[in-house]
Amino acid sequence: MKIIACVKRVPLTDAQVKVGADGASIDSTGLVYSLSFYDDLAVEEAIKTKEKLGGEVTVLTLGSSDASKELRECLAKGADNATILLDPNWAARDARSTAKALAARVKELGGELVFCGRVATDRDQSAVGPMLSAYLGWACVTDVIKLELTATGGTAQRETESGIETVSFPLPAVITCDKGLNEPRLAGLKGIMAAKKKTIDETAPVAVDAAVKVLKVELPAARKAGRIVGEGAAAVPALIDALRNEAKVL
Amino acid sequence: MTSILVFVEHKNGAPRRASLEALGAACATGLTPIALATGPGAANAAAPLSAAGAKKLVVVTGADSYSPDGAAADVVAAVKSHGAVAFLAAASSTGKDLLGRVAGLLDCAPLSDCTSLTYAGGTFTVQRPILAGKAIVTAQSQSAIFCATLRPNTFAVATGSGSAEVVSVASAGGKVTVTGVAAKGDAKLDVKEAPVVVSGGRGLREAAGFKIVEDLASAFGNAAVGASRAVVDSHWRPHGEQVGQTGKTVAPQLYIAVGISGAIQHLAGMRTSKVIVAINKDAAAPIFKVADYGIVGDAFEIVPALTEAVKKAKAAN
Repeated sequence: MKIIACVKRVPLTDAQVKVGADGASIDSTGLVYSLSFYDDLAVEEAIKTKEKLGGEVTVLTLGSSDASKELRECLAKGADNATILLDPNWAARDARSTAKALAARVKELGGELVFCGRVATDRDQSAVGPMLSAYLGWACVTDVIKLELTATGGTAQRETESGIETVSFPLPAVITCDKGLNEPRLAGLKGIMAAKKKTIDETAPVAVDAAVKVLKVELPAARKAGRIVGEGAAAVPALIDALRNEAKVL
Repeated sequence: MTSILVFVEHKNGAPRRASLEALGAACATGLTPIALATGPGAANAAAPLSAAGAKKLVVVTGADSYSPDGAAADVVAAVKSHGAVAFLAAASSTGKDLLGRVAGLLDCAPLSDCTSLTYAGGTFTVQRPILAGKAIVTAQSQSAIFCATLRPNTFAVATGSGSAEVVSVASAGGKVTVTGVAAKGDAKLDVKEAPVVVSGGRGLREAAGFKIVEDLASAFGNAAVGASRAVVDSHWRPHGEQVGQTGKTVAPQLYIAVGISGAIQHLAGMRTSKVIVAINKDAAAPIFKVADYGIVGDAFEIVPALTEAVKKAKAAN
């Protein structure tokens, strides 16, 4: 089976962010990037699926050539191929233009099963996975925490506000991976050595006009200074009073 | 009249509050709000949706088991047949899942989890948090059809008059089918939608320490339990309860952080809460920088006392 894991580099979750000079972007100076948390789960699930059902895994990203560092780590863990859809201006892309570029490449690669992260922890859209499935005309299951696959389809569990849903789907499919699906492996020394010899394919993505115009990026307003109402259980009456009479939330 | 289509989640016709909020946002645009509901009992939603401003309800029939791609096809068919200029849903699991599918089918760029929405001069402009709330983007949709999900607890529910016209359409069906749902206890509210969230962290020492947090949540009666990443990673609590950058972003009326130091990725997920209370033994913990009210001390001494006081306050109301 041709399996593809779509990944994205995002700022580390402990990053402090600054607004760019144009007032409509994030200043990337000094930001440290790594694969989005959920994309590690996508890569792991792709490799696990290959180990179980056979086939090969391609890791696919859209971004700058800086991504070769993270893609090489994916190769070291067990992915067979890696492609960067090279776009130095990737940060200006919206979910639609990214999904269309990924869909075009998935078709070229003859993909049959795509894993994505539940969300990229920069834009927080959760959109590219299901959009990709719409452009491909494939089935899609999002936020998957448990997956059982056969050569033709599978069942998945996803966590929703109302409980755990069980979902059945046919292949080809796009699966977006949520925490709990697996525990991503670490690369072994042998894998790291083998990955050094592999070539990372770099190719231009299809051009798609943006359909979202970013007018402004700003930091959230600072919260009004709060106060310590006291120490220990003795402070509870003062807190209740504040919640009831000042904040009016009780 | 130009219309705006709102996908409504419901349980046997009782709409989810977050869906009513999305309908409220649709009403505020001045466009004609059309609701779409699918699944068993959808027609029962006519009365509550009329009362919340819907002018028309599209009931999708033949979709007894939910199919996400089927629902997306049904939404797209309704958008096209009504000539709607926009599609809205709540930024819930179902809404977010639906958004990308619908946007893909309509070839439009979606905007998810928006915290404000304006419609002027034929253009939709939204605000939405990125990087889990570390920054706020103001963006304009340039798509033919505006597709967005809206953050729960952020938009007001509208008041409507009259009865919405009800039309039925048959579902197109889909490839993917929900075959079962292991429901949470009815009493258990989701952390993203609850008006009050009581969250616990490492300061609770062990999984069993969450008893005091659960007791406080149940004293409120309308509270959900949340958790920090550290305790979810330690398997003390399920991931569904995690608040922060790799969990959920919440904006309740009242957020109580117990034994949570306040790592930046946690603060990002809860800083837009209306009122924040922090209980922590370390007076220098970063959580106190965003808290409106703080108590310094031992959670195991403070929280049970607070639970009793909340019970008394609730009983007196």
